[in-house]
Amino acid sequence: MNTLKYQSQAVAKPYFVFALILFVGQILFGLIMGLQYVVGDFLGGAIPFNVARMVHTNLLIVWLLFGFMGSAYYLVPEEAETELYSPKLAIILFWVFAAAGVLTILGYLLVPYSTLADITFNELWPTMGREFLEQPTITKLGIVVVCLGFLFNLGMTILKGRKTAINMVLMTGLIGLAVFFLFSFYNPTNLALDKYFWWFVVHLWVEGVWELIMGAILAYVLIKITGVDREVIEKWLYVIIAMALISGILGTGHHFYWLATPEYWQWVGSIFSAIEPLPFFAMVLYAFNMVNRRRREHPNKAATLWALGTAVMAFLGAGVWGFLHTLAPVNYYTHGSQITAAHGHMAFYGAYAMIVMTIISFAMPKLRGIGEANCNRAQVREMWGFWLMTVAMVFITLFLTGAGVLQVWLQRLPESGEALSFMATQDKLAIFYWMREVAGVVFLLGLIAYISSFWVKEKATA
Amino acid sequence: MSESFTKGMARNIYYGGSVFFFLIFLALTFHTTKEMPERDNRQNITESVERGKHLWEKNNCIGCHSLLGEGAYFAPELGNVFQRRGGEAGFKMFLNGWMKAQPLNIPGRRQMPNFHLNDQEIDDLAEFLKWTSEMDINGWPPNIEG
Repeated sequence: MNTLKYQSQAVAKPYFVFALILFVGQILFGLIMGLQYVVGDFLGGAIPFNVARMVHTNLLIVWLLFGFMGSAYYLVPEEAETELYSPKLAIILFWVFAAAGVLTILGYLLVPYSTLADITFNELWPTMGREFLEQPTITKLGIVVVCLGFLFNLGMTILKGRKTAINMVLMTGLIGLAVFFLFSFYNPTNLALDKYFWWFVVHLWVEGVWELIMGAILAYVLIKITGVDREVIEKWLYVIIAMALISGILGTGHHFYWLATPEYWQWVGSIFSAIEPLPFFAMVLYAFNMVNRRRREHPNKAATLWALGTAVMAFLGAGVWGFLHTLAPVNYYTHGSQITAAHGHMAFYGAYAMIVMTIISFAMPKLRGIGEANCNRAQVREMWGFWLMTVAMVFITLFLTGAGVLQVWLQRLPESGEALSFMATQDKLAIFYWMREVAGVVFLLGLIAYISSFWVKEKATA
Repeated sequence: MSESFTKGMARNIYYGGSVFFFLIFLALTFHTTKEMPERDNRQNITESVERGKHLWEKNNCIGCHSLLGEGAYFAPELGNVFQRRGGEAGFKMFLNGWMKAQPLNIPGRRQMPNFHLNDQEIDDLAEFLKWTSEMDINGWPPNIEG
């Protein structure tokens, strides 16, 4: 049963499938790292912690990028009311990106990082070895090529079709993503400058342009599953992303507190990041409001659950947990502690992992030719996955927060000479790390339930 | 939302507001980069410091350690390790001994790999960490433990 409105939307499917495969990899490496936190010599050097971490975070970034690209290929033709400009280009770029991604990860795992730097000519143009931007320069160039081809393809599609608020917001978000990535090629010797502009990629992605992408995808899914008037939803979308950018751009200041920068950033960063939770709170109101005002009962209940879930979890993770330690006097004690890790986990899961799963949940039944929604049994399984993963992530966040509070208490608050050392403090946090690891295993079980829902079929009625 | 607040108005706030705040951000960035030479200790960047930074990156030290609070939180903060581990008098000797003793192979303890750096390279790394520790970063971290 083919229920795709535009046949070229089908190119989204390999992107979604590959994204989920990488997601599984991300979680497995997360579990390895979690165990290394308490059993330091686990895997005895075969996968050192820094390698596991690089794989964990790089897989996260890449799977989300695959998810965003799949989302764009799926929703832009429908919004623009025209076929994709070139489905062939989309498929070629899929294979280029997938091959580059897999080779890079294999490079991390199979050779020492310094060897990888040598064989990819990092000496000529050093860009590697900075958190989240560890990819070899040639991989970074590949990402740029894929992004340009992708934006060209989407841009041409939108140019020949209808220009809705959703695809304009999505496009500005994706263009911003590509433009700010260019700062990953700038690596001055001066560490302070290096870090300052490093945030142009890292912060302006996740607290800036990615929020546009998230908002656009959420608005699209809400229109489809609620049948609420497009005008209303698009107005909300603009208000929310306006708040997100207005607070998020100067909110970058909360990364400039301890960085050889003028002290006024402590004021700028504190004030604007105090506003940063608002767009996320508005998103919660908006998602629930639209679902309550729905004009149709969409058969895909799981997609509705994901849409509401991402709004709530993004608010908690990015909004509340971000705000917890974003004011300069608090951040002075929490900067670089486990509190940061707690915030990072829930924010990425809530805002970005869940929005990608929202659209996968909505689009996959159509892409697989099943129809508007999976059968009831499959949806129930999917919702088990949702709850297991989401509750597990809440607990991961709470345990890491517990670890972080204790860490600040023992290591940061006392005067020099009385404070515990980093490693001595870590020993005291072991119980929290163990509980985090258990919650991580539950998360994996949820992910397995979620993935397995793709194979669940309705029982034959005898 | 009331009907008098139209989608067009919301759109204008989005485009106008983002451009406005982005321009402010650029202006502050411009001002900051003008002010940074006063604080970032750049006059002391030697070739050795530069080589040290490349070694730091090439071995992905940030994958376990944090530096000025960013990175992984698996191993100690190194932005102030120069002061914590001996300062002018003893840091270089400490670092040389420390790097060569890795991995410590204490069962259950977090392991630092041995990166097989030669004496010159360890010295470069030490110079980089020393330079880093001498930046004026508004008094962070709160105490010597980082």
